Amino acid sequence: MQYSVFRLLKEGLTGNRGWKPVWREPDPRPEYDIIIIGGGGHGLSTAYYLSKVFGRRNVAVLEKGWLGSGNIGRNTTIIRSNYLLEGNQPFYEFSLKLWENLERDTNYNSMVSQRSILNLYHTDGQRDAYVRRGNAMFLSGADAELADAAQLRKELPYLDFDDARFPILGGLYQKRGGTARHDAVAWGYARGADSRGVDIIQNCEVTGIDIKNGKCIGVQTTRGAIRASKVAMCVAGSSGRVAALAGMRLPIESHVLQAFVSEGLKPVLPGVVTFGMGHFYISQSDKGGLVFGGDLDGYNTYAQRGNLPVVEDVVEGGMAIMPFIGRARLLRSWGGVMDMSMDGSPFIDKTHIDGLYFNGGWCYGGFKATPASGYCYAHLLAKDEPHPVATQLRLDRFQTGNIIDEKGAGNQPNLH
Amino acid sequence: MTREFRVNGGLVDRSKTLGFTFNGKAMKGHPGDTLASALIANGQKLVGRSFKYHRPRGVFTAGSEEPNALVELRDGAFTEPNTRATVTELFEGLSARSQNHRGSLEFDILSINDMLHPFLSAGFYYKTFMWPKTFWEKVYEPFIRSAAGLGRLSMQEDPDCYDKGFIHCDVLVIGAGPAGLVAARAAAESGARVVVADEDFLPGGRLNAETMEIDGSPGHAWAATAAAELASMQNVRFMNRTTVYGAYDHGIYGALERSRDHIGDSGGKPRQILWRIYSKRAVLAAGAMERPIAFGNNDRPGIMLAGAVRAYVNRFGAAPGKKVAVFTNNDDGWRTAADLAASGIDVAAVIDVKNSGHAADIPGARHIPNGKVVDTSGRKCLKSITLNTGEKIRVDCLAVSGGWNPNLHLTCHQRGRPQWNDELSAFVPGVELPAGMAVAGAARGKMTLASALADGNDAAVSQLESLGFSISAPDIPKAEDEPVNCTPFWHVGESSSRSWIDLQNDVTVKDVKLANSEGFRSVELLKRYTTLGMATDQGKTSNMAGLAILAEARGSSIPEVGTTIFRPPYTPVALGAFAGRSRGRHFRPYRLAPSHEWAKSNGAGFVTVGGWMRAQWYVQSGENGWRDSVDRETLATRNSVGICDVSTLGKIDIKGGDVGAFLDKVYSNTFSTLPVGKVRYGLMLREDGICYDDGTTARMGENHYVMTTTTANAVLVFRNLEFARQCLWPDMDVHLISITDGWAQFSVAGPNSRNLLKKVIDPDYGVSNESFPFMACGKVTVCGGVPARLFRISFSGELAYEIAVPSRYGNSMMAALMEAGREFDAIPYGTEALGVMRIEKGHVTGNELNGQTTALNIGLGKMAGVKKDYIGNVLSRRPVMVSEDAIRLMGFRPVDRSRELVAGSHFIAMGDPVDMKNDQGWMTSVAWSPHLGHSIGLGFIKRGHERKGEIVRAVSPIHGMEMDVEIVSAHFIDPQGERLRD
Amino acid sequence: MIINHPLLGPRDASEFAYLGDVGIIDRPTDWQADDSIKNFVEYGYLRDNPAGDHKELWYHEQGDRSWLVVTRNTLTHEISSVEMARDVARSRGRGK
Repeated sequence: MQYSVFRLLKEGLTGNRGWKPVWREPDPRPEYDIIIIGGGGHGLSTAYYLSKVFGRRNVAVLEKGWLGSGNIGRNTTIIRSNYLLEGNQPFYEFSLKLWENLERDTNYNSMVSQRSILNLYHTDGQRDAYVRRGNAMFLSGADAELADAAQLRKELPYLDFDDARFPILGGLYQKRGGTARHDAVAWGYARGADSRGVDIIQNCEVTGIDIKNGKCIGVQTTRGAIRASKVAMCVAGSSGRVAALAGMRLPIESHVLQAFVSEGLKPVLPGVVTFGMGHFYISQSDKGGLVFGGDLDGYNTYAQRGNLPVVEDVVEGGMAIMPFIGRARLLRSWGGVMDMSMDGSPFIDKTHIDGLYFNGGWCYGGFKATPASGYCYAHLLAKDEPHPVATQLRLDRFQTGNIIDEKGAGNQPNLH
Repeated sequence: MTREFRVNGGLVDRSKTLGFTFNGKAMKGHPGDTLASALIANGQKLVGRSFKYHRPRGVFTAGSEEPNALVELRDGAFTEPNTRATVTELFEGLSARSQNHRGSLEFDILSINDMLHPFLSAGFYYKTFMWPKTFWEKVYEPFIRSAAGLGRLSMQEDPDCYDKGFIHCDVLVIGAGPAGLVAARAAAESGARVVVADEDFLPGGRLNAETMEIDGSPGHAWAATAAAELASMQNVRFMNRTTVYGAYDHGIYGALERSRDHIGDSGGKPRQILWRIYSKRAVLAAGAMERPIAFGNNDRPGIMLAGAVRAYVNRFGAAPGKKVAVFTNNDDGWRTAADLAASGIDVAAVIDVKNSGHAADIPGARHIPNGKVVDTSGRKCLKSITLNTGEKIRVDCLAVSGGWNPNLHLTCHQRGRPQWNDELSAFVPGVELPAGMAVAGAARGKMTLASALADGNDAAVSQLESLGFSISAPDIPKAEDEPVNCTPFWHVGESSSRSWIDLQNDVTVKDVKLANSEGFRSVELLKRYTTLGMATDQGKTSNMAGLAILAEARGSSIPEVGTTIFRPPYTPVALGAFAGRSRGRHFRPYRLAPSHEWAKSNGAGFVTVGGWMRAQWYVQSGENGWRDSVDRETLATRNSVGICDVSTLGKIDIKGGDVGAFLDKVYSNTFSTLPVGKVRYGLMLREDGICYDDGTTARMGENHYVMTTTTANAVLVFRNLEFARQCLWPDMDVHLISITDGWAQFSVAGPNSRNLLKKVIDPDYGVSNESFPFMACGKVTVCGGVPARLFRISFSGELAYEIAVPSRYGNSMMAALMEAGREFDAIPYGTEALGVMRIEKGHVTGNELNGQTTALNIGLGKMAGVKKDYIGNVLSRRPVMVSEDAIRLMGFRPVDRSRELVAGSHFIAMGDPVDMKNDQGWMTSVAWSPHLGHSIGLGFIKRGHERKGEIVRAVSPIHGMEMDVEIVSAHFIDPQGERLRD
Repeated sequence: MIINHPLLGPRDASEFAYLGDVGIIDRPTDWQADDSIKNFVEYGYLRDNPAGDHKELWYHEQGDRSWLVVTRNTLTHEISSVEMARDVARSRGRGK
């Protein structure tokens, strides 16, 4: 069923009785060419591009909960390609280009809004680092813009310019950055994959990975055994647990990142603003809630909830940079479990087990990667070779020393 | 003041009158009123507009679960959007405005959305607004955003202040209703330290809204006495106006006390206090919340929860209507009718979905068994209801009760799942509770008064026993168990009009059914697709009906459908409260260097460096801009002598028999061979082979070293050294003390530095080049006996020393050095001149040691190549990191010397296209060298050490700039180091 | 969270800095072995990352500067034991 304003009008006039299910609810078949473990954003987008771009339709997505219940269901919705390093930036720029045409591609309004992202800087050293980064963005074909304090004073006059512990000296803009409606991204990909024959199987938890003579031949699930010639892990947040089913140890720790939303407010913030000195970032949703977050809690956890010190730390950052939000109220806080990798960058790679593939380690930046991650993973699964923008996202990079450490924080995941 | 909507009785103080305004209209109320009760008493039925359809809305509840009555409270910078009128305590001069309407509250232009509702069904926006591409940001979204949102922020800084506090207790009792008060009393009498927190300003919970009796007196009076007794006890802290908003790990609860929100003017005192309560045990006695029934047009002003109607009549003496009908599936409906009648309000009918014979004798009221309300009329105020029989009844208020849900929010904050209870047709707390929590009373499903009282006692007793307190015989107050029969009933299927579930977000029964038929069948998908339960009330009155209708549509049971996840905060908390005093310049603490006062009074501006405020440059009269000052400071230092406070560098005192061996492990170069009385530059790597920190370390004695670190890493290096000492080499005899704060340290640099120091160092100590050569260190005294440490080290490349004195002498030492330097025209210099001189000399700082570079990259590969086991040695040898293509630190100068280099520009070989594949490195630091008279830079470039003299392009597309630069040595000044040794 | 420090009693977790898995104590001792890079990569980069009891290193930075080994459940955050890291390090064979 094609969605359009005309369909909406027609259905509205006829009592909205003609809308069809957006996806099927199939039972698992005994065998597929490719099984994707994980029906979050990356798993669904992998299935979408596998079926649409690479013509692979004998594919199942196995999701232990409900479709879209991965971290795509609980993030702060920011899209951007403002990375620094060669291993990352072309990949994220590829992703942003896919975002820019996502709605027309999926025929689903995922509300990609290029409302800009601004990274504030407060010292000369930070400015120099942002100039280096902005130039790297240009070198990869992305956009970047440097704004000084005078310009920002005009554009965002309500930031704290005058009484700040860390005075604002300027910022690095990416005007093409912005936000998207996270759940709708999952739904659009699911609908597109389903309509091309991919089985999206909800409430189907993988309980074992079957390996025979060094080759992965399928999985055990709560809904029975399923064979496949290729099994693709795509479970960021649970990567450690699923990889353990195949006996793998990963360069990943699981950490919780809290996120926050205020009560709905009339528009106050046009774009995304990040305040690195105060570990704070914020945007405003179309519904009016201020959506914001900050640092990890910092300890290993799978608990999907955090603690008060970080709640207070994050809001302190917010009040420091925008003291007008004091009388807005926090409506809801939540926690998502992040695959924090050892250098802060992700993996899209084969594993040492034939037929078993790995996608994970997205830290807290997985949402913006959703289209490119799916596209590149689909490329790897279909062709058994990495997509040109994802050649460095390898599991063996710690052995070779080709680490991709944007922050320069070293092998301590909670610092990335 | 009109008495039209006041009835006798209630707990408001009628001897006093409070004036307030709503949408500018002057009204009056009494102490003890909420804004909602005062609006009701003034006959104001229409109080707001809904989120999507802009439907007229009235007060729906009498508590913190309110979905409708949200106002902008107060004025100007004090404006608080989305404030629930039902929990806003009335004060003199209160001003409130309705929100979310374009035009007036009465005539809202956007109520056109209501007419367009067939096209605005659940998730309609996912199916359109996709063409053309640019219209989303330019047309659709701006319109949606301006229509969405609720209240307005003033966009001014919050003028109020907030405090934070910490409380420790044995037992925290959450809720001061009947169960909570009994639990608190039992706990208090055992001698335990007790905290009681209640969100209301009047303790008692539902007792204040009901007419039930305890121990023979009215419930509210019993509660008042019990609360007063508790408050008077030494071991009890009784906190009303305090909402426990979150249950965190290990018995820690977050609570918000609205300490001055009920006063017109906070008077500069904290408006609210954010408490962290550390409890050994907690008793959650949060009561229950009533749920509505969905039927056609059930959202009109005048339609209210039955319990709220009782609260307005019994507690506030306010009449929600003149002629009231009751629609119920449980016995509360009958109690409502009885209470209304007792207050002299006309009860038109009791419509009971059951065919129960339980009809209290309500004078003048009809009993309609098996009855259902299918529709209503009245745009801005309820006018009539229509029954399933087709009969219309004219009423201006309808009290609705669909039963009660235990208030189990906090039991789920640690991901515990509630359990379905068939008998109550409600979820009750599950088995997995936050550690140390017990639940009591209606919150646990003990819905009747007597059972709640007993349960409160039981919960407290078991908690106290587990803590080892002895309990005296229980003295449970006497009360009766009121009838609470309830027949599950969620919505009226016969209604053809829209039936609201989520009043604030405008989610109707049809929306839930549509979502289900489109495949959004998980409760989480339902929520996300329809926005059910995502409004400011988080679905407190709506989620249950949504689940029930989804279950019905799916053909499954409610427990199979399950609930969404309850997340903190329980009710919304002002962001200002979370931030507390950490705002503005006090956002993070800052540290002042020992000579800060001297610097301040001598023209310094300051810059933040690793938590410190450091002098950036000193302005002298006649200078135009910072460059004048910095150039002068640089030249004066190189020509004669300059002084800089470098106390902010981390300083670590290290003693013990194994210090030499220990330093050999943590530094990439060797320190065990350093002679006593000597200093050496040291480079520390991380275990992953990347440069971590650098500094100089002095050997003051056989077993005594003093290490310096960079300012930014002082704390982290110390942490890592402790780790190495305690965890990696636990048997080494090594002891660490941070002395960063203990010693003030000054760099005295320039050709006259020795001459200057001779004047302050006591004559017993020689500082000639022979007795105190380059890289010497030792203890001296200055200014007639002040103990000091002297190091002959140089960051500027000049003959230079650093002299340290105990911090308390720091400010005087600066003055003494300047006084002694007067004959040499000594100047103080700041971090900018320091930076210029270190770039001229080719020293690295944070811009080069950025966590991504190796010893090889910064040109210290040989120094770090020593064959020994040290942190970072092995992993620094990984193939990519030692490849021939590795970047190297080099100097750069513009081919056209008049141009200024740009830090952050990237290097591209001549003739190569400007793209990432051809990126060869970047410029890390630049400065204008007053010594050389042109711009100079440091940077990393591939194979730089083999490319001296090559011209490459430095591009900065973000500036639209590129220039040709020459690769040169990183040492622009005195490359042989002759000045240092002079 | 609250960490029951073996010497100082219960302290708020915000007084501590977190490092990670206790295995960070087990630094390979043979830096000259042929496979030393592989050993250091496993030590430095691979983690068990269990969903359940996790022995982990915390540093009492705003306290007595002790490194502690805390056994904490990563699903519930329940802490079942707290030890001095120096004792643990010695028990795992570390010395000079």
